[in-house]
Order: sequence, then C-alpha cells, then structure tokens
Amino acid sequence: MTANITLPPRSARPGPAGRHPAGPDWTASNQAGSHPTPSRPEFQAQDRLPRLLPPEPGTPPTLAAHLGRFGGLPYRGGPRLLIASVEAAGLTGRGGAAFPVHRKLTAVDSQRRRSIVVANGAEGEPASNKDKTLLWNSPHLVLDGLQLAAEAVGADRALLYLHRHQGLHERLTAALAERAAARLDRVGVELVEAPPRFLAGEESALASNINGGLARPTFKQPRVFERGVAGRPTLVQNVETLAHLALIGRYGAAWFRGLGTTAEPGSMLCSVLQADGRSGVLELAIGQPLAGVLALGAGVQAVLCGGYHGAWLRPADAAQLPLTNAALKPIGAFVGAGVLIALPAKSCGLAETARVARYLALESAGQCGPCFNGLPRIAGALADLAGRPGQRTSPQTRADLERWAGLVTGRGACHHPDGTVRFVGSALTVFRDEITAHELGRCTATSRAPFLPLPSGTPVDESDWR
Amino acid sequence: MNGITSTTALWYASRATGVVSLLLLSAVMILGLVVNRQGRLPGLPRFGAVSLHRSVSLLAVLFVAIHVITAIADPYVTIRITAAVIPFTSGYQPFWLGLGAVSLDLIIVLIVTSLARARIGRRTWRSLHWLAYAAWPVAFAHSIGSSTDLQSGGLRTLAIGCALAVIAAVGWRIWRSAAARPRFERAASTLDDSQQSLTKAGRS
Amino acid sequence: MSQQLMVDPVACSGHGLCAELLPELIALDEWGYPVVDGQPVPAGLHRQARRAVTACPALALLLQRKLRDSA
Repeated sequence: MTANITLPPRSARPGPAGRHPAGPDWTASNQAGSHPTPSRPEFQAQDRLPRLLPPEPGTPPTLAAHLGRFGGLPYRGGPRLLIASVEAAGLTGRGGAAFPVHRKLTAVDSQRRRSIVVANGAEGEPASNKDKTLLWNSPHLVLDGLQLAAEAVGADRALLYLHRHQGLHERLTAALAERAAARLDRVGVELVEAPPRFLAGEESALASNINGGLARPTFKQPRVFERGVAGRPTLVQNVETLAHLALIGRYGAAWFRGLGTTAEPGSMLCSVLQADGRSGVLELAIGQPLAGVLALGAGVQAVLCGGYHGAWLRPADAAQLPLTNAALKPIGAFVGAGVLIALPAKSCGLAETARVARYLALESAGQCGPCFNGLPRIAGALADLAGRPGQRTSPQTRADLERWAGLVTGRGACHHPDGTVRFVGSALTVFRDEITAHELGRCTATSRAPFLPLPSGTPVDESDWR
Repeated sequence: MNGITSTTALWYASRATGVVSLLLLSAVMILGLVVNRQGRLPGLPRFGAVSLHRSVSLLAVLFVAIHVITAIADPYVTIRITAAVIPFTSGYQPFWLGLGAVSLDLIIVLIVTSLARARIGRRTWRSLHWLAYAAWPVAFAHSIGSSTDLQSGGLRTLAIGCALAVIAAVGWRIWRSAAARPRFERAASTLDDSQQSLTKAGRS
Repeated sequence: MSQQLMVDPVACSGHGLCAELLPELIALDEWGYPVVDGQPVPAGLHRQARRAVTACPALALLLQRKLRDSA
C-alpha cells in the first residue's frame, strides 16, 4: 500500500524565522569538547541559518557541491572519539523523543558484539515531511553523519531505512554511487524499504522489520541497543540527528550551541502547515517563538504542536510560547519531530481530531489489548461527537472517552496509545466549546473539507506491515 | 482365565496402568485445548482449567512411569530399559512398543520444557509444546496395537470414546481459532462495531 | 529486595488468571486485560505473586526487581 502523500519533497523556504545569510558562514572554529560559557542569553541570533538545508532551494545535491560547502568528512580515526564532542554539544535525537545522542552512542559502543547503525528515515507521521526533505536536499550530510556514527560505535554495517519513494530512492542511490567512486565511505550503506505504517519508525518495530518480520513494536527486552538488527547491538538515529552529527564533527560543540537555548541547543527542521494551506519545511533555531513560525491571526482556531501524538493549543497560549520542550511539556505538549499546524477557524476541530483518531486507531499493531480495544472505541466516540450537524449525541460519550483515555495510557508495548490519548485529550480541552455545541446539535464550522493531512488506504493484512 | 499370580502381577499392572495412562493423556489433551482457547470449565474459576491441565499431566506422567517400569520388570517378556526410550529396539513387539517409546520421549520433552518454561522463554516453549499433537496419536496407536486389551469389549469402547473426545476437542479448537479475528483486523473491526453500536444507541 | 509485577502486553491475551490468583494487586479492565499499578509487591504476597506468574498460560506476567523509570 502506498501512502497518498502526493506533496513532492519540499526544499527549505526562508520563512519568517531566518533570513538568507550573505554567504555560508562555515568558518566557525572546530573546538571539540569545549563547553558553552555560563552567561549565554537564552535565545541566540539566527544569522547562521540554514545549516542542514541548502541556502538556495533546489540546489542539486552533488557530492562536489557538498564538499565545497562543508569541507571533507572528518573521520576521527577510531571509535568513541566523537562522543565527547556530541556530549558537549548537547545534541538530542530529532526523531521526536529528544533522547541525548551521546548516551545512545555510549550504550551501543559499550556492548561487546560488533554493532550496526541504522539511519531512520521512516517518517510515519503523515504531517511530517522534514526527513524526506532533508534526504532530498542534503543526502550527503545524512550519509556523512551515518559514517561518523558508525565510526563512533565501531559498526561495520550501515542501513538507511525509509518509506518507498521512487525519486528519493534514485537520488540516494546516486549519492551513494558518488561516494563510492570517491571512496568516501568506510562502511557500506544499504537502503532498506519500510512499510508505510505510522509505527514503522519506532525503534523495535524498525528492528523487527529489518530482521525480516513485521514492522510492529516488541516488548522491549532486550532493547535494540543490546540486540537489534541481526541480533547485534544497533544504533538507531533519525536522519536529521545524523545530519547535525556531521556538522558537529566538522565545526564542534561550541558552533552547534551557537543557536538554540542552553538546555536545548541547536537548530531543527519543522514541518509547518499554515491555516491558509501553505506548507513547507523550515529550519529553525530551537527556542524560536511559535508566533514567528505560524501566522496566528484571527483565522486560526487552534494550533497542533508535535504532530498526531502531540497536543492542541489555543492560539492565545501558543502565541506566548517558544519552541522548546521546557516551555511546552508543562502544558502537556512537546516539540516532538517539529510538526506545527495552524487549524483554520472555518474547519471543525472536532471532526479533524476524529479523522486523525480513526487513522491512529487503524494504525495500531493489534498486539496489546488496551490499544486495539481502546483506540478504536475512542475514535468511534469522537466520530460520534463530531457527527453531522443537527444530530444530538449522548453526554455519556464524553464520559466514556475520558474513561477509555485513562485505561489505555501506559499499557501498550509502545507509546502509540499514550500519544493518541495526549492528542485526543488536548482536543477535548481546546475544543470544549465545540463539543458542547455538538452535543446540542450544532457545529460552528463553515467548511467540512478535510484539512489535516492523512494518507488514503488502511492496513488490511499482514503484507501491509512488511 | 488365568488368575493373577505373583508372576503375572506385574504384567497385569502394566496393562492396567496403560489403560489409565491413555485416559489421563486424553484428558490432558482436552484440558490443554480448553486453556489454549481461553475456554472455561463450568463451575470453575479461570485458573481451574490451567490448574487441572497441570495436575492431570503430572498424574499421567506418574502412571506412564509405572506402566513402563512394570513392563520392564516383568519376567514374562524381555524388554530392556533402553527400549523404553530408544524406539523399535525391543525384543518383544518392536514396532508397537517402539511407538510407545516415541510417545514417551515426546512426553518427557513436553513435561521437562513445561517445568522449565520460565527459563527457556515463551517462544521456545510454545514451539515445543506443539509436539503434544504428535505425542497423543502415537500413544493411542501404541495402546491399541501392543496388546489385544483395547481391541474388544468394554475397553475398546473406552478407547474409541477417548479418540472421539480428543478429536472433537481439536475440531472445536480449530473452529474457534478460525472464527477469531486476525491481529491486523482487530482495531478495524472494533472500530466498525463501536460505530454501529453508537449509531443504534443513541439519538435522544 | 522489592519486586514489581509487570505485564508483557504483547504476550498477554487476557486469560485473566492473574487477577483471580492475586486480586489484591491485579484487576481486570473492561476488556479482560490486567491492570497492575507498578508498586512493589508487599512481602506477604510474594508467594502468591510467584504463583500467578507461573500460572499465566501466555507467560505474560513478570516479576522483576523494581527499577527506576528509565528513558
């Protein structure tokens, strides 16, 4: 089954956040292991964006252009040598969980058996395009990072795991051929196709799929970093994380910390969908005010922060917040993989939430009782609440929703039920007035056209999970 | 009809415990199938079926052990100890006793792996437990072939009854698992069910 | 030594024996699946807890040394 994501990969748009620099400023000194000074202001000036994406959209991603812009691939000469820089830089995973990268590297490196590295480009979140965009525009940065990560953990095999996309596959194959001709890579890279499932990028689902099985999460013992692909210690890193790694390897920790906040340094890629339907992938400094990214005028009903496992926010709240976990987590949201969506006032927030909840329920792996029992019932209740205007619904439905949300959290093998409950729970809060209106048989929306992106087609049988 | 003398006592004991073993093994199969499909025995709590399956299988092992030992010890026919576990090496009725040895080997594997279940892990244990589907038919064939006891009269009726009961239980198991939804469809069918029930339930 | 009960949610198919054998610590949700609260097993219930672990037909109930929450 192919996902109906017909958007071609988007290149970077300048957006409100950054301006074009006069020329790439890659002369920052390579101070490996240096630490930021304590008196650093919270939010850094952005005159060094973009980092990962090319300054001119549509630049052909040739190896020559890549080396010309960034310089050569800085192998350290042995395992572990890069880890101190990564720790000093404070790089965290860009796949959504924001786990400290140096801890993962150390954990895999300290295993006895020879390890494997997987670049995770399986961007299962329908509203997220940043990984595809990064691979389309800057494949060599990701591939550099993959080599540096492989060297750091002593791996002898590298895999790039991504959903099927004809053009992207060709581009990556061409990039790998260029690197092979230049004898740049020390570890061979295999491209592996992921099934178009929401959960395909989850670490244990990824390992299970690459090992020849279904892309379904496992109950995590042993963990993937101990025994993953082919029974070997496996380092799984999001492709954006590896791209940042490739730059930290060249320019060092202090350079990396030149953007972002002290607690959450660096830049990140965000998939942005505005209320008027314009969308794109932007590279932002962490800590960027949300009001600078999304147009939050009168036409915006709500803001979705963190994708379909994230949380809805009221526009007034979102306008006050920066894009950091420190600010978002206390109110039940999180940065995640950088999906930011402004829902237009003309749409029905409840109906949109119900559509997504239905998708999330159908993407359940069907393994854990609370998940495959709870999520479909939650989705069904939401669909009932969203209903058709003029149709009254039972107040029991909202009580059921809240009970099921409590029953489902934390009782699955992965975080799919938890994330879904976070998403649905935030909708029940932010769209409270809309729910009341629906319970009385009214809907305030003026458009029933679907807004939030979802793939067509649902998983039907076993082959959809391979 | 010979009376039971001291020389034939062991022989009669072996035959009698053989019949009881067949009954118990048939019960173990049926109980195992009930547990597998999460069925409940009437009047018992859920752990009743699991507990019975475990107890009856240990009891069956006991009777099988007595059956084998008395057959070996009996002076009337020569059955070496090794013939009990190495199939088809007995001097007396090598084929039918050989089947008994095969089923004994399988039963030993089943019991040992089940006692060590936690240590060998769920997957290994489950794969090996499928050997039960081989152990019972082989034991049954051994029962009806190695002596004429089950080939006539009341004991024949008993043997046929055991076979029918086990076959019926296996049929029930296959029917129930065919009727159950495969994993991939669980969420989708629950979604359909819940939407239908909401549509019926409740427009006030 | 404190131990906690954990359910392997993938292995669990809702047999429900654990809740029958250890109702003090395990309840069943409305779909027949066990709910454990993650608290240490009280000393007096260790034996029953081990019995419930052994009884689970799916080997889905685990008794482990209590760990801190990890990432």
